[in-house]
Amino acid sequence: MTSVAERARGFATGSRDKWIAPGVIVLGLLYPWYEDILQSLPLIGDFIPSTESMVVMVAFTMMALGLNIVVGYAGLLDLGYVAFYAVGAYTAGWFASQQFDQVTFSFLSSVPSDQPGIHITMWLVLLLAGFLTLFAGIVIGLPTLRLRGDYLAIVTLGFGEIVPQVVRNGDNFFGFDLTHGTFGIAPIDAAGFPVLASFTSLPKNFQTSPNRAMWFYLGAFALLLITVFCTVRLRDSRLGRAWIAIREDETAAAAMGVPLMRTKTWSYALGAFFGGVAGAYYASFRGGAFPADFFFQFSVFLLCMVILGGMGSVWGVIAGAMILGYLDREGLATIGSKIQDAGLDFDPTKYQFGIYGIIIVTMMLLRPAGLIPERRHRIEMEEGVHDTPFYDVEHEGTLTDRDPSDD
Amino acid sequence: MAEDNLVVATKVRKEFGGLVATDDVDFSIPRGAIVSLIGPNGAGKTTFFNQLTGVYQPTSGSILFDGTEVSYLPPHTITKLGIGRTFQNIRLFAQMSAMENVLVGMNCRLHSGILGAILRTPRVKREEAEARDKARELLVYCGLPRRHHERSVSLPYGDQRRLEVARALATEPKLLLLDEPTAGMNPQETAEFTAFVSKVRDEKDVTVLLIEHDMKVVMGVSERITVLEYGAKIAEGTPAEIRADERVIEAYLGRGAGQT
Repeated sequence: MTSVAERARGFATGSRDKWIAPGVIVLGLLYPWYEDILQSLPLIGDFIPSTESMVVMVAFTMMALGLNIVVGYAGLLDLGYVAFYAVGAYTAGWFASQQFDQVTFSFLSSVPSDQPGIHITMWLVLLLAGFLTLFAGIVIGLPTLRLRGDYLAIVTLGFGEIVPQVVRNGDNFFGFDLTHGTFGIAPIDAAGFPVLASFTSLPKNFQTSPNRAMWFYLGAFALLLITVFCTVRLRDSRLGRAWIAIREDETAAAAMGVPLMRTKTWSYALGAFFGGVAGAYYASFRGGAFPADFFFQFSVFLLCMVILGGMGSVWGVIAGAMILGYLDREGLATIGSKIQDAGLDFDPTKYQFGIYGIIIVTMMLLRPAGLIPERRHRIEMEEGVHDTPFYDVEHEGTLTDRDPSDD
Repeated sequence: MAEDNLVVATKVRKEFGGLVATDDVDFSIPRGAIVSLIGPNGAGKTTFFNQLTGVYQPTSGSILFDGTEVSYLPPHTITKLGIGRTFQNIRLFAQMSAMENVLVGMNCRLHSGILGAILRTPRVKREEAEARDKARELLVYCGLPRRHHERSVSLPYGDQRRLEVARALATEPKLLLLDEPTAGMNPQETAEFTAFVSKVRDEKDVTVLLIEHDMKVVMGVSERITVLEYGAKIAEGTPAEIRADERVIEAYLGRGAGQT
């Protein structure tokens, strides 16, 4: 029996927990507006990321959340996630650039409709990228997911290399210029509101808007919210339970009626979906899809985010991705300039992956479950099905924070 | 009873390399019966179980379950047809709560899909709520009135065994396979469990196949017993017949077993 004090503490954090998610959402949404204030602060001001960097960090977080479905929920080690990022980015390249200048097709796009190439509005392209990547996930998943453990990891590693090789050499795909080879596809159209812009003050094109970073950030943040919403809902569903059951014990899961292949393939496909959307959006922000981005290191980088934050934990993965994303974009460079200001000749950006490695090893020693570990039983509590009585027995009459509608 | 068999296995043979784990075993389970499979360690009992549940495919032979040939079907399809099982060494989903373990068992009886899960439509909500109610009922029925939301790994051993049965029952089986369910239980727990097995059979309308080493349980609960040795069936009959069978005494029970 837990002590009253312990339970009281539990409830206190319970009611505080309710405010964490809305608080973080509001703070995140308003970031472009208070960024300047933070940056003018003494001491920490230099370490505050710009909105521009935040766009990339948020896009990386989306990818990490997608990977979390595969690695965290279903327990399948995927070392080739970069393939999905590539498919997403190139989908944006195909459907929103001048890549296929044989045709002239425009649909609600932010670029003039007489430009050659396919130009579909970025919002639709994102969806298209998601579904194409989902399909790629199924195609890659079907032959590989029969394998278990290390063998699966090796084969995913292979696919993670095949896809970038195909895009790198895709400028003569049976005589057809599919990917424009090592140059990549650029420029890719920017997201925007070409229709709404005519009667509201919303920008027609994010890229040319004076508040470019802010608009891209808001778009990315909205996509991140959708991703979080979907991954949480999926985790708490019948499918999510089946994923976690497979992670815990594949044989037992099969014996309990969980179809292994289908369930695993879904985890792969849905994980890929978010990677594809994020990849397409990031390509739109960068204005191009370049084969040099799709290296094995990036798969490992995303995997590090998931491990650092806590496999399976949505909050954890967000934290892990934001931290590593920050270090990658700005943190290491800022720290490096501070070190050099102090008169030492050391540039941490050169030792980027070494530093990530040290972080991961330190984490494994100190907090092997990650920064914010997955707390499975707490999920249940938040959902409200638990065994706490409506009334605290020790303090008769005191209502506990349990919602009577839960049962 | 012989005319209504839930399971009819004919000449089931499984070879692992040169080793013959089950040697042309003929075996049938009458509907509604409690049948035990006994034999010394390595006799092929669990291998037979695994063939029945689709973990292994037999090298040759056929297994008819409720009129359907199941020997080449994958495990989840067989579960859906109505075979639920527990494991010799407990195989719960350790990080999941007792409730979630049972909900996974219900997986094949639920219908919500991906879009339903994301949008949480009223239909999905209702299905989830019903599933949870049913899971709670099932847990209480199996003797787990509390601690439904603790991680299953933190439950006491006996409760973990009970939870395995609850999870197997959640698949709505016609045939319940129990692989050494009383291993590691004390005599009182064993007695309770034996009574529970009979109760489940009567109330949940299932047929039970039991692998067990505890002769008290086997003799007390089963209506028919099959004895395996070196993968081959050496005897089959009622508890009284088995107790009197010379070959069984030789192979397994040992002299003096008649007195127990």
